[in-house]
This record gives sequence, structure tokens and C-alpha cells, in this order.
Amino acid sequence: MAEFRLPPNSRIKKGKHFAAPAGAGTIKRFAVYRYDPDSGQNPRIDTYEVDVDSCGPMVLDALIKIKNEIDPTLTFRRSCREGICGSCAMNIDGGNTLACTRAIDVVKGDVRIYPLPHMPVVKDLVPDLTNFYAQYASIKPWLQARTPPPPDRERLQSKEDQELINEPAACILCACCSTSCPSYWWNSDRYLGPAALLAAYRWLVDSRDEATGERLDQLEDPFRLYRCHTIMNCTQACPKELNPAKAIAETKKMLAERRH
Amino acid sequence: MSLRSPLGRVLGLGSAKEGTDHWWGQRVSAVALIILGSWFVYSLLRLDSLTYLDVIRFIGVPLNAVLLSLLSMTLAYHSYLGVQVVIEDYVHAPGTKVVSLLLSRFAHVFVAIAAVYAILVIGIGS
Repeated sequence: MAEFRLPPNSRIKKGKHFAAPAGAGTIKRFAVYRYDPDSGQNPRIDTYEVDVDSCGPMVLDALIKIKNEIDPTLTFRRSCREGICGSCAMNIDGGNTLACTRAIDVVKGDVRIYPLPHMPVVKDLVPDLTNFYAQYASIKPWLQARTPPPPDRERLQSKEDQELINEPAACILCACCSTSCPSYWWNSDRYLGPAALLAAYRWLVDSRDEATGERLDQLEDPFRLYRCHTIMNCTQACPKELNPAKAIAETKKMLAERRH
Repeated sequence: MSLRSPLGRVLGLGSAKEGTDHWWGQRVSAVALIILGSWFVYSLLRLDSLTYLDVIRFIGVPLNAVLLSLLSMTLAYHSYLGVQVVIEDYVHAPGTKVVSLLLSRFAHVFVAIAAVYAILVIGIGS
């Protein structure tokens, strides 16, 4: 059966509290999930009081400030700090999003920060995305065509056809959507999840691709595609405001269309 | 412990190349249930009373018996598809999963046949 309670070694305990230094300005408290596999201890929530007057506006700025000035053991992924690399995806204030594009002041009360839900945790806010990336690789995210490209130029695409792939191609694979999906939580070993399915759709509607039929064959599966129950957490979570739920619905329509 | 590659695990046993019938069947039966369900509620409201004799007389009308049989079968079919999804979602132990799916199928077929049989007995008998 699906497990509805965390296993004993994953249950979260109360952690350390780091008070703000004397003379600090506006204080905001950050409650951060901490887990160190080497310690053999359960995960805990550490709270940090951060002077936001001397901090950048985004949650990532606060995390970097905590790591630099308060607690260098805090571990998280980050790279571009402008919402294009997808590294700093985490669960902030109850929703999956990018720490670098979520402003601190839109969060009411304490800022609660956890790793992406229902993924194995490597350390602190770093989830293990191995399965997620393998699912992306499984949909063959590259152009497949039998027609050779013209010798003297690239493969052409009309403006209208290009617009079809504009949005799905803007996915940064941050995993916010897939890890917000209950169906993905219960069946991520067999359900591809919204991110991989959005990527698959991006190639299904690419006018230059000639493997549409084979791609649909590979997706037509009770688990790979049809575990999507149109919950739409994916679309709500997407920090790039893309619509994986619609892409999945369109894929289901394509599968229905080719048999009638 | 398995040293299989992550991609190998994701590809698994390959695509079942089905699921569209299930998905389409659920939607078709849902549309049918909207029509049959509305008719059923409307008919019940129009009955003079819900006493035994009035209801028996209602089922005795051939068109009503046919539509009631359709409603019972569609309801059972739609429910079977839904329960199957719930089992596949939450029951992961291989033995328990197969047994649950089997029991669900038997129960739904039984309920559908029993309902149709009851309607026919009343319809032909009255």
C-alpha cells in the first residue's frame, strides 16, 4: 500500500535556533529543513533570524546570507539566481518554486523551506533527481527525422509552427511540477510526471519532427501517461508559468484522435 | 540492491500501448451517466409517490426498464474503471494488487447483472 506516514527515520525533529545579532534591523525568521545522512540522525527544522534590511529581496538571497554569515553547513543548490537554470527549486511556504524568484516579503509569517516533496534527500535542501532526469532522457528529447536536412541551411519552420513549441520549450526542468503532483508521489517509478510529459509534448508538436507516431506509442501506457488525473498542481506550481496539465491533455487528445 | 541504470529502470517493461480505451471509456460513460442520471432523477421526481406499487409500475414500463438497465450497467462500468485507477494508484504489492483488481471486477459484474436481473423480473413480472 501507499505509505501515508513518513518512515521513523524521516520524521522531522525540532532543531537549532539562530537568534539575530544585537542591533539587527527588520527580522524575518526562516525555518529550514536540515538533514545530514552522515550524522545518522533524523531530519530537523533549524530556525534562522535574518536581518532582511541587509539582505537581497529573494528567498535565495536569504539562504546565501545564512550560509555566508550564520551557518556554513546549510546545503542547497543554486546557480544563475535569475530563474533560468532551475537549480534552486525547493518547497517554500508550502509550494514548490524557485528560491531565486520568490520574494521574501510576499511570504506572511515565518518562511518555511523544505526540499522538493517526496524525493530522496541527498542533504538539507538537495533532492536526488536521478530518476527525474532518467525520465526526461526516456522520452528522447531530441529531433528525430528521416528526411535529411537541406545541405545548405537549417530545417525551416513556419512562424505558426514555431509558436506551438515556444511555451513547452521554455521548461527549465526544475522539477517543481513533477514533485508537486500526488500521482507522481505515489507512482514516480512508472508515471513519467508532468515535466517529462511536457518535454514529450514539445517534440510531439514540433513540425520538423517525424517520430510523432513512435513517441505516442511510447507514451500510450496506463502508467507512463495515464497516471495523470488532471489534478493540475503542476500548472499551479510552475515558476515559469507554463501549463504541463494542458500539454498532457493535448497528448491524450492526440492519442484519441489517431484511433477515430 | 540493483545496479541497473536509472534509464533502464524508467524504461522498465516498455509501453503497454494501451490506456486510451480506458480513458475514453471513462469519459463516454460519464457523458452517458449525465443523460441517464438526469432522466432517473427527473423520473423519480415525477412519480406520484415512492410507494412500492408506484415504483413497480414505473419499472414495468418497457422504456423505463431499458433505461434503468442501461443506467445500472453504465454505472457499474464507470465505477469499475474508477476503482481500478484507485487500486493501481495506491496498491503496490503485486499479489494484493492483482487480487484487488480481480475482486473489484467480480463485484462490479455481479452488481450489474443482479440489477439488470431484478429490473427484468419486475418488468416482465408485472
